[in-house]
Amino acid sequence: MSDPILRLEGIHTDIAQYHILHGVDLEVPRGAVTMLLGRNGVGKTTTLRTVIGHWQARAGRILFDGAEITGAKTPDRARMGIGYVPEDMGIFSDLTVEENMTLAAATGPLDPARRDRIFEAFPPLRTFWRSPAGTLSGGQKQMLTIARAMAEERRLYLIDEPTKGLAPAIVSTMAGALRDLKRQGASILLVEQNFAVAKALGDYAAVMDDGRIVWAGEMQELATDAGLQERLMGLSMEAQ
Amino acid sequence: MTDAPAHRPTMGDLPLADRIARAMPVLLVPILLVLGFLAIGNPSSWLTLTVSGLAMGMMIFVMASGLTLVFGLMDVINFGHGAFISVGAFVGVSVVLGLAEWTQAPSLLLNLGVVLLAVLAAMAVTGLLGWAFERVIVKPVYGAHLKQILVTVGGLIVIEQLIHVIWGPDEIFFARPEMLKGAITFWGAALEKYRLLAVAVGLVLFVAMRMIFRRTKIGLIVRAGVENGEMVEALGYRLRLVFIGVFIAGSALAGLGGVMWGLYQEVITAGMGEEMMILVFIVVIIGGLGSVEGAFIGALLVGLLQNYIAFLEPKVALISNIGLMTAILMWRPQGMMPVVKAK
Repeated sequence: MSDPILRLEGIHTDIAQYHILHGVDLEVPRGAVTMLLGRNGVGKTTTLRTVIGHWQARAGRILFDGAEITGAKTPDRARMGIGYVPEDMGIFSDLTVEENMTLAAATGPLDPARRDRIFEAFPPLRTFWRSPAGTLSGGQKQMLTIARAMAEERRLYLIDEPTKGLAPAIVSTMAGALRDLKRQGASILLVEQNFAVAKALGDYAAVMDDGRIVWAGEMQELATDAGLQERLMGLSMEAQ
Repeated sequence: MTDAPAHRPTMGDLPLADRIARAMPVLLVPILLVLGFLAIGNPSSWLTLTVSGLAMGMMIFVMASGLTLVFGLMDVINFGHGAFISVGAFVGVSVVLGLAEWTQAPSLLLNLGVVLLAVLAAMAVTGLLGWAFERVIVKPVYGAHLKQILVTVGGLIVIEQLIHVIWGPDEIFFARPEMLKGAITFWGAALEKYRLLAVAVGLVLFVAMRMIFRRTKIGLIVRAGVENGEMVEALGYRLRLVFIGVFIAGSALAGLGGVMWGLYQEVITAGMGEEMMILVFIVVIIGGLGSVEGAFIGALLVGLLQNYIAFLEPKVALISNIGLMTAILMWRPQGMMPVVKAK
């Protein structure tokens, strides 16, 4: 793969006394959506948290757009253009939707044109603009987390299970927003358990097992090969 | 995959009972005022005690606001906060004593000028001291509560002893500036001028803090950081720098509270901050750790209750605040306005 936006080389990460990542090698291509797949507990979330810097890698290198960021602090990584949407959403429930968005625009005021685009993708955010984020429904909170990542131009989005636990109609809204991001040429590393979403959005896929990447390739190849899915993840995605 | 249906959400109004339950902490202050009025019976006595209680509450709030933010932002329990109160009082009173001509002059302008200088000097010194305290004592023990308690208590003792070394071991008695002595009469009630000033200063400070928290980006960062610091960093903000700023500001506010309390009591001791910390902790705990609004309401409740009870049942006054804390924690174990932590 030529000139990936993100490259992980032999990443080992420990959480307390537990050795979670056992040498992750991963390349995330520019301007494409890479799905990070695998069973629960194989290290997908830890990989994203290591990239944003919430966990520091014990060994290995992280290269973002060619620059080494292995030892960089989280705020510096964010300011370099990495947007992070955590699995627990990480919204500030005491702050209003507007305040959440104001904060998300870290380098200056929120661009009105960008805000309007976000309203178009997620109409409920306009309705509840002045409401405390804690009063939103689960789906609306998830919309806010994606909207927050979109508040500024990011060079890479790390998104952790954005459709988890959401009603089908909201999943469709989320998928639409991610598709828009993709259309705009964003580079996305996406952890997703919903196969329909993964198949619809993913250009590439990487499958993890036991803290390592065990397969990487085009999403199309994985999506059409039930045997490969069974072998890598112990399930057939079509059967989901 | 199907498209989402047209989505027109509305936010329903909460039932009346829920709205009252949500507003209850704010309603407690007027409820206490009314109960105090009914129990005391005499309007002029009630007014005097109310102003006294509000003044005491405001001063405790000034001291407590920094502590609650420091805990909320970085989970740091700083028992050394009391030292900043004492140092602030000693520095401020030194200015008041040093400018004796201004202090004794029957000029409101000069008297307020000396108080302002005392406050500025106290806040500058305690702000700097807070910065050093954070670097030397607090920074090495992030995330370890037991160690924080031990080393910050140690820091408190060291600073108290330094006060003895610099200002001597005895308590210092002094007189308030001339125009801040005495009382004015309003509706038959004697209202001490200094207490009115303390109420005004506390109110201005609370409103200013609210404005900063609600209207400025740094305020948003602090509020968001109290809730989920990790996410604030993932958005690109250096929370560590924000925390140092909050620690310095909180220490300076403790210094301001120390000057105000010293001028109120007209006597200062090295241990005064440590003594005040009991009330400060009560206020921070019943308000909800990390909540400035909660600390404000908690401080008013503590101040008012202590003054009302001291008038009605002097023997019960000593335990009234412990009783208040017990009652509030039984009602809301996380305090009146708890900050929902994401961690």
